[in-house]
Amino acid sequence: MAQTIVEKIISNNVGYQVRVGNYVLVEPDIIMAHDTTCAWALSPFKKIAKRVAVRDKIVIVFDHAYPSPNVQAANLQSEIREFAREQNIPIITDGICHQILVERYVRPGCFVLGADSHTPTSGALGAVAVGVGSSDIAIAMATGKCWIRVPQTIKINITGKRRKNIFAKDVILSIARLLKSDGANHRAIEFVGPIVEKMDVAERLTLTNMAAELGAKCAIVASDAQTEAYLNNQGRGADYSLIKSDTDAFYERVIDFDVSEMVPQVAIPHQVDTVVDVQEIAQQRIKVDQVFIGSCTNGRIEDLEVAYKILHTNKLADNIRLIITPASNAVYCEALRRGYLQSFMELGAIVTSPGCGACLGRHGGILADGEVCVATSNRNFQGRMGSAKASVYLVSPEIAAKIALTGYITDTLL
Amino acid sequence: MNWKFADNINTDLITPGRYNLLLDFDKLKDIAFIEYRPEFRGSVQCGDYIIAGNNFGSGSSRETAVLALKACGIKAIVAKSFARIFYRNCLANGVLAIEHDCTRIACEVNLTLDIDTQTLCDNEGNESYHLHIPEIMLVSYMHGGLLELLANYGVDALNDIYSFK
Repeated sequence: MAQTIVEKIISNNVGYQVRVGNYVLVEPDIIMAHDTTCAWALSPFKKIAKRVAVRDKIVIVFDHAYPSPNVQAANLQSEIREFAREQNIPIITDGICHQILVERYVRPGCFVLGADSHTPTSGALGAVAVGVGSSDIAIAMATGKCWIRVPQTIKINITGKRRKNIFAKDVILSIARLLKSDGANHRAIEFVGPIVEKMDVAERLTLTNMAAELGAKCAIVASDAQTEAYLNNQGRGADYSLIKSDTDAFYERVIDFDVSEMVPQVAIPHQVDTVVDVQEIAQQRIKVDQVFIGSCTNGRIEDLEVAYKILHTNKLADNIRLIITPASNAVYCEALRRGYLQSFMELGAIVTSPGCGACLGRHGGILADGEVCVATSNRNFQGRMGSAKASVYLVSPEIAAKIALTGYITDTLL
Repeated sequence: MNWKFADNINTDLITPGRYNLLLDFDKLKDIAFIEYRPEFRGSVQCGDYIIAGNNFGSGSSRETAVLALKACGIKAIVAKSFARIFYRNCLANGVLAIEHDCTRIACEVNLTLDIDTQTLCDNEGNESYHLHIPEIMLVSYMHGGLLELLANYGVDALNDIYSFK
C-alpha cells in the first residue's frame, strides 16, 4: 500500500505497516527533554521506574532558562542534574534543544520524541518528530516507548517565484494566516514543491518549527541533496538516507500555496495566526522598544547573516534594545568567526549566550508593561515575553533588522 | 460553577512561563490563569467545570497547564476542541477533557456529568448534552491517568493501547 513519508517512518519503527488512525507503540530513536519539561518528568518517572530503559537515546538540554536567572530555575536544574547523574545521562548546555538535535542527532527516517511543543522542527531533516508533555517523556525514558496515533497528512505544496525579500518565516506566517492555529491539529504536515526543494535546511527548519503553531503533530520535508549537504557540513554525511512519500500516497488534504505575490508578513498580538502584510500596519508607525533576533525558529547562522547584511553599515534607532541570541554555541562561534558578533556589539546590540533567551519571557529581555517587541521567534501570546500588557510582533530576521534601524514597524528603510 | 473561555486559550495563559518555575503540585493552584483571569485562583472550587471554545490548551507542551487545573479540582474541561499535547497531558494525568460544544451553558448553572451514559445535564433539566468520550480517555480517566495506570499495573500495560479504537 502506498504510504506517506510519515506512515513509512512509523511503519519502519514498529515493524509492520501502519494505517492512519491506528494506535501504536513506537520506540523513539531520540527522547528529548529540557530544563522545564524534564523537571516535571522526574516525579512521573519515579512513579513507574528506577532506571531509564534506553540511556543512549535520552538527550537532556538546558536551554529555556540557562544559565539560571533565579533561584527557582537553579533549583529545578539542580534536581535534573541529580537525576541525570544517577542515570548516567549527560546534560547538554550549548544551545536550544531543537537546534542541538538537528546539529548532532537527527537523521532522515528517525523518530524523535521531545518534551517540547516545537519538537516538529527536526522534521526538516526528514524525520518524524513529535512533541509531548513531561509524563509522556517520563514514560518513554522508563520504557523506551511512546503511544501515538498514526496521523493523517496534509500536503502543502509551495510553488511560484519567490521574491528576494521573502523568507521561510514569511511563508509559514502566511500559511498560519490561511490554516489558523488549529488548522493542522493532530495532523502531520508534509512540505513539498519547488520552493521547498530550493530551500536550504535552515529555512526548512523555520517551516517545520512553526508547523507547531498550526497544531501539527509533526512536520516533515523529504530528504534530498540539501539534507545531504547539511549533514555533510556537520560531519555526519553517513547519517544521510533518502526518504520520501510514495507518489500515490493518500493525503487528507493537499494545499497549493503560491508565494509569487507574497510580501513580508507579521503576526500581530496576541495570536500567531493573526497575520497581516507588514505594509498594512507600517503607516501606523508603531514604536518598538525591543527587537529580538534568535530562537529555534530564526536563530541560525543564516538568520544572523541576513540581519548582519542589513545592520552592519547602519546605526540603531534611538532607544531601541536589539537582543541577538544565537541558537547554539556552533552558531555563536561561526558568527564570531565571520565578524558578525563584533559588528552587532559595535552597533550597540546585546549579544547573549546561546539558548531560548527572551522568547519565553524568563530571562534575557523580559518586557515591561506597555512595551512593544518585534521578535523572530514563534509565539506572540499575551504575556509570553514578559508583562501581559506588552505586545509582541513576529517577523523574519530581515524585517527585525530593518525595524532595529527605523525604530518602528516597517518593511522599508526609508 | 462553570468557568467559560473563548477559543485558543493557550498554555501561556493558563500557567505563564515566568510563574512556571516550581515543582509543587499544590502550589500550581496559585498560578492558574494568574494574569489572564486573576479572579480564577481565588474563587475556583473543587467540582467546577471549564467550558471553552476551540483549541483549548494550544501552544507550549508544559504539563503544568493541565496539572494546575487538576490541582484546582476541575471536574472536567469541556471544549469544542483541544490542542493535541494538552489533550495528551490530560490523558496522562486523569483530567477529564471532553470535546463537545457546550458554550451555551451559563456560568452559574449546576451541571451533572454521568460518565456511564455520557451525558452532561444542567440540574434544572433544561439542557442535556450527549457526549462522545473516546475509549482511551475513559480508560485513562477511570484509572486516574495513564501514569497512575502504569504505576499500578506495571509499564507493560502500555500494550493495551493496541486495543483502543
